Amino acid sequence: MPTKPILTVKDLSVVFPDNNGASSPKGGLHALEYISFEVCPREFVCFLGPSGSGKTTLLRALARILKPTSGKVNFIQRQQPKIGMVFQQPNLMPWRTVLDNIKLPLELEGMGDVKARAKAQEMVELVGLKGFEDNWPRDLSGGMAQRVGLARALVHDPDLLLLDEPFASLDAMTRERMWTELSRIWQAKQKTVIMVTHSINESLFLADRVLVLTQRPGKVKLDLKVDLPRPRKDDIRYTPAFGKLALKLRKAIE
Amino acid sequence: MKNKTSLLGLSSILLGLLAWDLLARFGSLPAFILPSPVDVWVRFLKAVTDGSLFFHAGVTLLEIVMGLGVGTLLATVLGYLVARSRTLERALSPYLVASQAVPLVAIAPLLVIWFGPGMFSKVFICSLIVFFPVLVNTIVGVRAVPAALHDLMRSYHAARRDILFKLEVPSALPIFLGGLRIGATLSVIGAVVGELVGADSGLGFLINVGRGQYDTALVFVALFTLMALALSLYGLVILVERRFLAWQESVER
Repeated sequence: MPTKPILTVKDLSVVFPDNNGASSPKGGLHALEYISFEVCPREFVCFLGPSGSGKTTLLRALARILKPTSGKVNFIQRQQPKIGMVFQQPNLMPWRTVLDNIKLPLELEGMGDVKARAKAQEMVELVGLKGFEDNWPRDLSGGMAQRVGLARALVHDPDLLLLDEPFASLDAMTRERMWTELSRIWQAKQKTVIMVTHSINESLFLADRVLVLTQRPGKVKLDLKVDLPRPRKDDIRYTPAFGKLALKLRKAIE
Repeated sequence: MKNKTSLLGLSSILLGLLAWDLLARFGSLPAFILPSPVDVWVRFLKAVTDGSLFFHAGVTLLEIVMGLGVGTLLATVLGYLVARSRTLERALSPYLVASQAVPLVAIAPLLVIWFGPGMFSKVFICSLIVFFPVLVNTIVGVRAVPAALHDLMRSYHAARRDILFKLEVPSALPIFLGGLRIGATLSVIGAVVGELVGADSGLGFLINVGRGQYDTALVFVALFTLMALALSLYGLVILVERRFLAWQESVER
């Protein structure tokens, strides 16, 4: 049953100027070239690619941190979608406590302090950090800090959640625990998610659809539907269906 | 542990006073060369009772506070603008470097000639001496704001005002306060240099009077008062740091 897409990206290209300042079609560093895709509401889409395939650049263009050189990013519901972004590093403000870090997006929207605190507190509980509200970021472990980052990205009820290899800096065990957590939160919050990663397992465990990007300049090479049942548990990675999809992705990356 | 440290400091001070007293008593030095601690204490009480110490200290303190305020304000605003604009930096850097190369003590007489022996010339010298360290630290602090946090703010379409007050100010604060700490100490020097060159009031003026009348005890009184002023200012900045930088590891909580 096809739903109407919430986001359409058409022929998106990003070219960084080279040392001479040239960013013409010939000169400059072509990070992304003619990327086109659509995302449906509440879909979890993963971009998979080797480093240097422009994954982060793609997310930065979607978040409008970066202006694309050409092409269109169209958000259907409103012109300027509300974005929640999780970065490779937790990227917390060290001078704010856990709760105040999570509260930041609400402050920027001009929400009153009492209401903002209450909402941030809800998020603290959702990501399992109750009791750490008043801690400084420096007191948190990598996994906890990344949970704060996730809570901050969700607190203002964004239209689109962008995840930039959010678990890349965590150790393997924490990372796998975070997959389950993210899966649970995604199902609870019903968000549209775009995530980039270089881990096949991660993309298959989490996503509804995996798009494979080629080496620079990045292009979409494969659009794979992941029809694994949900909720997915840890042991799903050892099923034949999972293995088959993983192999397909593996081949596409090469 | 903390008690032990302060006890050690206190005994060290007492020992120093004792050495000073012994030197004054048995060193066969006349009182106008080295007055004893008791002489200085007596002179201090006299200066307090006749009101002259408070008056002159008040003048100097006012000059310092005004100079520190004006210098810090200008340096912060200009520093922020320079940090945000490479063009402005290139245009202004000859002046900024030159202003630092001029020995302030040497141009103080000129400034007193231009602006008179009143308070204004001292406030001017004070702000000049405060200006540079605060400026440099503001520039460094604003430039050191992590790019990733700027990205974060941009992903929320944060307003310019919010970027300033919720990101740049708190992020640059530790380095900025480091500059202010240096500036606070320098401001005392600035005011006194101005007063020594030419003034009709202030602690620097008092030092000149004491010297002229061979009232060396008075010179000591003025000196100690200046030290107390400088230390209080320094302590005030430390208090501000404790209050606002509690999130840093280096600051004791």
